[in-house]
Amino acid sequence: MKRVLSLFLCCFLILSIGCGKKKKDSNTITIWHWMTDRHKTFESLAQKYEEQTGIKVQIDLYAPSDVFTHKIIASAQARVLPDIYGILDKKKVFASFIENGFVADLTEEFKKNDSEWEKAIFPKALDVNRFKEGNIYNIRPGIYGAPLDVTNIQMLYNRKLLEKIGVKTPPVTFEDFINIAESLKRIGISSLVSGWGELWMIECFASNYAFNIMGEKKVMDTFKGEVPYTDPDWIKVFSIFKDLADRGILVEGVVTKPNKFAEQDFALERAAFAFNGSWCVNVYNDMNPDLEYGAMLPPSINPKLPMRIWGGAGSSFVVNQDSTNKDKAIAFLKWITNKEQQSYLAKETKNLPSNRQALSDIPKILSEFARVMDYTTYPSIWEYNEAALVSEKFNRGIQSIIIGEKTPQEVAEEVQAVKQKELEKAKRKRK
Amino acid sequence: MPAIRKNNLLAKAIDNSVNFSFVLPAIAIFSIFYIYPFYDIFNLSLHEWNGISSYREFVGLANFKELMVDKIWWKSIWHAGFITIIALTFQNMLAFSLALVCDRQIRLKKFYRTVFFIPPVLSEIVVGLIWQWILYAGTQSGEHIGLLNYVLVKSGLPHLVNNWLSNPKTALTCIALVHCWKGFGWGFIILLAGLQTIDSQLYEAARVDGAGSWKTFRHVTLPMMMPVILVVIILTVLGSMQVFILIISMVGQGLGYHTEVPVTRILSSMMGTGRYGYACAMGVSFGAILITISAAFKYLSNKTKQV
Repeated sequence: MKRVLSLFLCCFLILSIGCGKKKKDSNTITIWHWMTDRHKTFESLAQKYEEQTGIKVQIDLYAPSDVFTHKIIASAQARVLPDIYGILDKKKVFASFIENGFVADLTEEFKKNDSEWEKAIFPKALDVNRFKEGNIYNIRPGIYGAPLDVTNIQMLYNRKLLEKIGVKTPPVTFEDFINIAESLKRIGISSLVSGWGELWMIECFASNYAFNIMGEKKVMDTFKGEVPYTDPDWIKVFSIFKDLADRGILVEGVVTKPNKFAEQDFALERAAFAFNGSWCVNVYNDMNPDLEYGAMLPPSINPKLPMRIWGGAGSSFVVNQDSTNKDKAIAFLKWITNKEQQSYLAKETKNLPSNRQALSDIPKILSEFARVMDYTTYPSIWEYNEAALVSEKFNRGIQSIIIGEKTPQEVAEEVQAVKQKELEKAKRKRK
Repeated sequence: MPAIRKNNLLAKAIDNSVNFSFVLPAIAIFSIFYIYPFYDIFNLSLHEWNGISSYREFVGLANFKELMVDKIWWKSIWHAGFITIIALTFQNMLAFSLALVCDRQIRLKKFYRTVFFIPPVLSEIVVGLIWQWILYAGTQSGEHIGLLNYVLVKSGLPHLVNNWLSNPKTALTCIALVHCWKGFGWGFIILLAGLQTIDSQLYEAARVDGAGSWKTFRHVTLPMMMPVILVVIILTVLGSMQVFILIISMVGQGLGYHTEVPVTRILSSMMGTGRYGYACAMGVSFGAILITISAAFKYLSNKTKQV
């Protein structure tokens, strides 16, 4: 009898593994995020929210960002996503999450009360979370996320180092920039540092100049496959990197430098210019509170076309479509993006608020970033995006140019060859 | 009679089921956490999948075909092979030499053992960042900030100053040497343990027969240590072929494809280009390569034992 009982118990235990469904507390909203620097601030906001509404907000941190991305993808596969989370990947991945029913459509909420919520937020920040009519991902038009802050990526200059060569205003044209950089080099100061050991930062810098040299239409035509990368304008884009490397304007080892190290170089005054995002204000403040610096648009090459920089929503949260606390989650997002909470977030984390009404309370350097929000663009709001394999070849090719291994022409041909393959693959799929 | 037989059979069946029930949890856990992932990875390698969508397109062996002609993949295998060769020679020779020294009656033996085992217990990320600082090529106010370049200049060897991690000629070698520095402690401990199991009577017998240090090493130590050396070799090969954290912390995604190894390629296919199926095909092929290498060493090990 004992044996039969033990057999029954064993079978029961095995069969019950993983069968139990976690009981969900209807008064608790769970948020997953990756922002180490903002975790404490989020927690204090959560506490405030609980005091005001009685709803508990559980904030879970999964950092760094690539670990978070893995976690979100794995949780989506297992359908165990929290009430609120962020999607850090490209628009294509965001679309995939929506397509598979992991993200709630927030359009109706944004449009309520004469679009009160929508009007309060920077339009550029909302665009990152917006899918327009006729989008290439076939997603129902709407707004699918709420931006917590806005960001843009520009160039920073060190006032003290520039003063050493008698320069008081930052360069506006690329020619001026080269002249200043060469003067700095003569007195032993390195010019430009950036985290080009991270591929996306190279892509960002290159795309700024691509927009400036040939304009948005031609860039999009290239992505569509109608303009080859061997076009003289693209060669010009690749040649910028060759020029910067050949003239010794880039800090040594820039291609293997993660952005954290590049930030350290600029903060410790090892370089006069940096290419970095608005989040750097917080980072530089921690590393060197006495750093005197300003923000500027990357110096333009073509005066006929505007310089476009990457920017928009810095970090956004989406609501889980399957969440049983969906309404509470949306209410919390509305609360955290209102003026009061946004001012607090901006003050504590030194990031640009996504709520326009909160702009009045921000530090001077942040207002320099906010001033150029109209120049921002971002891959996720473009009509077309380049295939990931082509982008990889493009970015790695630029690294090869910087280390003097390949010429712009060679890289352009290699990128075009991959592009051609991708176009053929897409054509085969369509058939 | 048939009733008794039937009862016996039933009792036996119950008995077998009960016995089986005791191993069932182990089998279930093994299947869920070991066999199923293997099956799923292989299954995924036959599909094209973006990692999120519920739809997976079956592509048969297309991913494997593409992999066969992927020059960057084979280049990454060669890079891992290069790191492995350096580890097999430099790292293991260093480990064996130090183990031989520490096996003797020397002063501060325990201290050395502890010191040599510090690098393996350090986090790879930390080791990578420390070495990145040592090999850093930047300057401030005309002075080198990286320790190695600074020491070279101060020692009157400025012509040897190099951009160690951003020069394709030196980057991979630097990574391989740091990997050896990080890993030699494991080999040292295993080899030292092996040396201590050799019967001292064998050394006495060799000495009585008139064998000198070299002959004793060649005819006593080396043959007795062969099985241990082979274990260390297999562990070195497996560890070195799969190195990647060190690479990410030392050079990030930098230097074109000069520091790409199989695991970084797999990661880049998964997270960079969203090709999970292709990444799984890489994983399956890489696993097959590692199994083949391990089997070859096992075969060699058996041969050595027979000799």
